Amino acid sequence: MSLALHHPVAAEIIARQQESPSIVSLTLRLEDRALADRFQFQPGQFNMLYLHGAGEIPVSISSDPSSPDPLVHTIRDVGRVSHGLAQLRPRDRVGLRGPFGRGWPVENARHRDVIVITGGLGCAPLVPVIDYVIQRRSAYGRLIIMQGVKHSDDLIWRERYAAWDAHPDTRVLLAADVGGKHWNGTVGPVTELFDQAQLRTGDSMAFLCGPEPMIRACVQRLLEEGLPADRIWISMERNMQCALGHCGHCQFGARFVCRDGPVFCYADIRHLFGRRGF
Amino acid sequence: MAGEKTRVAVHKFSSCDGCQLAFLNMGEALLTLFEQVDIVHFAEAGPVDPTAVVDISFVEGSLSTAADLQRIRAIRANSGFLVTIGACATAGGLQALRNVADQDDWVASVYATPDTISLLDKVTPINAQVKVDLEIHGCPVNTRQLTAALRSLLAGVTPVDEQDKLCLECKRRHHVCVMVTQGMPCMGPVTRTGCGALCPGVGRDCYGCYGAAENVNVSSLGGHFSTLQLDPAQTSHRLVSFNSADPAFSPGLAAGVKQND
Amino acid sequence: MEAPRSVNSFLPRKALDALLSALRDGGYDCAAPVVRDGAVVYTRLQAQDRLPHGISIQQAPGRYRVGFTDSPRNFSWANGPQALKPFVFTAHETLWSARRDPDGNLCFTEPDRNVDPVAIIGVRSCDLAALALQDRHFLDGACADPHYQARRASLFLVAVNCSHPSDTCFCVSTGDGPAASDGYDLLLDELDDGFVIQAGSPEGQKILDRLPVVSTTDRQLQDINRQNRHAAECQTRRLPPGNLEPALFANLDHPHWQTVAERCLSCGNCTSVCPTCFCYRELDQGTLDSDHSEHIREWDSCFTQGHSYIHGVTIRAGTDLRYRQWLAHKLGSWHSQYGRSGCVGCGRCISWCPVGIDLTEEVATIVGAAS
Repeated sequence: MSLALHHPVAAEIIARQQESPSIVSLTLRLEDRALADRFQFQPGQFNMLYLHGAGEIPVSISSDPSSPDPLVHTIRDVGRVSHGLAQLRPRDRVGLRGPFGRGWPVENARHRDVIVITGGLGCAPLVPVIDYVIQRRSAYGRLIIMQGVKHSDDLIWRERYAAWDAHPDTRVLLAADVGGKHWNGTVGPVTELFDQAQLRTGDSMAFLCGPEPMIRACVQRLLEEGLPADRIWISMERNMQCALGHCGHCQFGARFVCRDGPVFCYADIRHLFGRRGF
Repeated sequence: MAGEKTRVAVHKFSSCDGCQLAFLNMGEALLTLFEQVDIVHFAEAGPVDPTAVVDISFVEGSLSTAADLQRIRAIRANSGFLVTIGACATAGGLQALRNVADQDDWVASVYATPDTISLLDKVTPINAQVKVDLEIHGCPVNTRQLTAALRSLLAGVTPVDEQDKLCLECKRRHHVCVMVTQGMPCMGPVTRTGCGALCPGVGRDCYGCYGAAENVNVSSLGGHFSTLQLDPAQTSHRLVSFNSADPAFSPGLAAGVKQND
Repeated sequence: MEAPRSVNSFLPRKALDALLSALRDGGYDCAAPVVRDGAVVYTRLQAQDRLPHGISIQQAPGRYRVGFTDSPRNFSWANGPQALKPFVFTAHETLWSARRDPDGNLCFTEPDRNVDPVAIIGVRSCDLAALALQDRHFLDGACADPHYQARRASLFLVAVNCSHPSDTCFCVSTGDGPAASDGYDLLLDELDDGFVIQAGSPEGQKILDRLPVVSTTDRQLQDINRQNRHAAECQTRRLPPGNLEPALFANLDHPHWQTVAERCLSCGNCTSVCPTCFCYRELDQGTLDSDHSEHIREWDSCFTQGHSYIHGVTIRAGTDLRYRQWLAHKLGSWHSQYGRSGCVGCGRCISWCPVGIDLTEEVATIVGAAS
């Protein structure tokens, strides 16, 4: 159930977690409680968050879709509005429109192995998928989570990874391009994890999110290992302003990333993925 | 900044003082501004404390003398966020035209006692000497631009850099293109937006006082001007008059200098 | 191109004012093409205003000139810099506003969307085709744009079959003109002594019923058929036929993109005058005290850096990529999105390009259809 699509509604920040020097998680409670009761989202969908007087940005929802109130958004301080949002404190208010976009096809992955490959903050849009699978653990095959970061200090949610790793048939593999002190994960790009992962590509579905060069490298590797392109799903990030498929900025060939994505089947976009200018 | 007002200074170097007027032209909004900020140095308006430590400095004018260099470094050190305002501060201004002229000749023709005048070899915009956090272009800048920048800074976000071509704003206002309908050599396709398309709005061609937009194609426009009966020197003059220290306009400058030689 | 059988009403030229009166009596403001600042632009007429006549227009790449003749005709010219787009998808408008109270609460409100009905007189078939495309973009699907919708519902369209295409026109090759087929309330064919007039909607019929029309003569019908044929045959520009999407996307690395970029100013004039370009950007304008902020949209262009900017990366930094985005979308991926090309052959992007870049030539080179 969507809220007003054309203008925001007010939400209060009820908790703020500094995940790393540049990453903040905001827990939001919709002020209109009737709306909050109706609000539902799919894993991989996003909301437009509005910072008063500054503007809106798309932020994926990183909380559990089975408990959509309150909502968690994890924000990296990389731009004008995200910097402002990252400074907010509990009791501050933001505007929220959403949820928008098509999320991860978690239902189509039932009875298969689920491969989650993420880089940097790319893990945030996939946390709801991991929650979803873990809550229905017996309905899915193995869950393999591979996460890469530039520096091991950038890795957030270490406890969460450890907790996921403790679930049956679930494996968490971590890689850092640069490993700091006490790093016992792999050193190198996330593709270094493939040998340990022992993927069963004959009956798996892969979900990827992160920097595009990382996604390209991992998709290449998955294809080489025999995973068909129509079982690889990736989340795209483009300039999204309206979130309604109208303003035109996020077009990726014929697709509007905000409306037709942000999650796409690789087979549908492979002809343009990685091409300069798209 | 909670609890304490933001401290603001307005400084001036070689310039006509016109950009600072954009603050004074705020009218009633000045009262709101004074509620939001403490203006601790703004000689044109009254307060004088040139060495004050401030959150935001607005700097008008370009750097012409050795004393200017000393002063801008001190201002930089005293300022949390440094905003340059106007063509002089961002791209040299009119006085930077001496960079491409015979400077001694100019000094001799202007001053009665040229030997008392001590100048740097080149006039430079502020960003050639110190780090600038935001540039607001225009000759002069206007109240809308300053208000937008202040509003963002007070809200804790980076102001938007307005860098599109003027043509977009001209079309949004439904002005009829003076180049296409009248063959006027309009600078709109290479000029930065921000003025509100004032000149095309009164039926005259943009003369580029807001400086270069992003991703300009000076050689294509210059080539088109030649079909509108402008010679390369005239095209060069249109490009460099206010913004000669802007590297994006330098291809036109080079073409014009060659022609003048 | 034959006139439909139902066409049997003729409005004598001296009764044209009766059309304006009937529209005003019907509750419509009238907007009509008048000459302003060297171009034909739609302007709201005051009560005593009459339609100008004798206007002629010459268009060429990067060039538009208005002349005047002693012709009694009101519509013997092709088009001005804007089609219907500004009436429905406005260049600058507030989408919503936000107010923050002293306790930090945020309150969001949408602007009043009451729009006075307006009758636009002199609409061309290319404009109608473009409006139908913008309707699909802004109204179809789950999230119809309420601002566009309100303005669209207020329009009454008086179309005119185009009798004097410009040299830059190529609507025949896109299938969008010069005669209008649907989407109008009233349709005129202009002759020296008056107008063959027909209704295209119940609202149009209501107005038509109030006009002092007489029966058409066979001669008048022959004249308008001949006029429409001539308007089609005189067009020299054309787009390569068919769906160009596969050919354009097969030529993304064609060296000609760079050749065009050497001339292109990436100024966005083409997208601003294009009657189907729909890109807009959103921005916020607040008061100095931050209490109140307007969330605004305004026309944007794929020729700007901001169009493809995403925290630190500009996906289309160079003009070659921006021009490619525009053309490959307009003539290519539009087919996947809306089942047809995004070009209606009005030629505005050719006339109003300051350096006269002609998309019909550029696309022919890129898809290998240059004659």
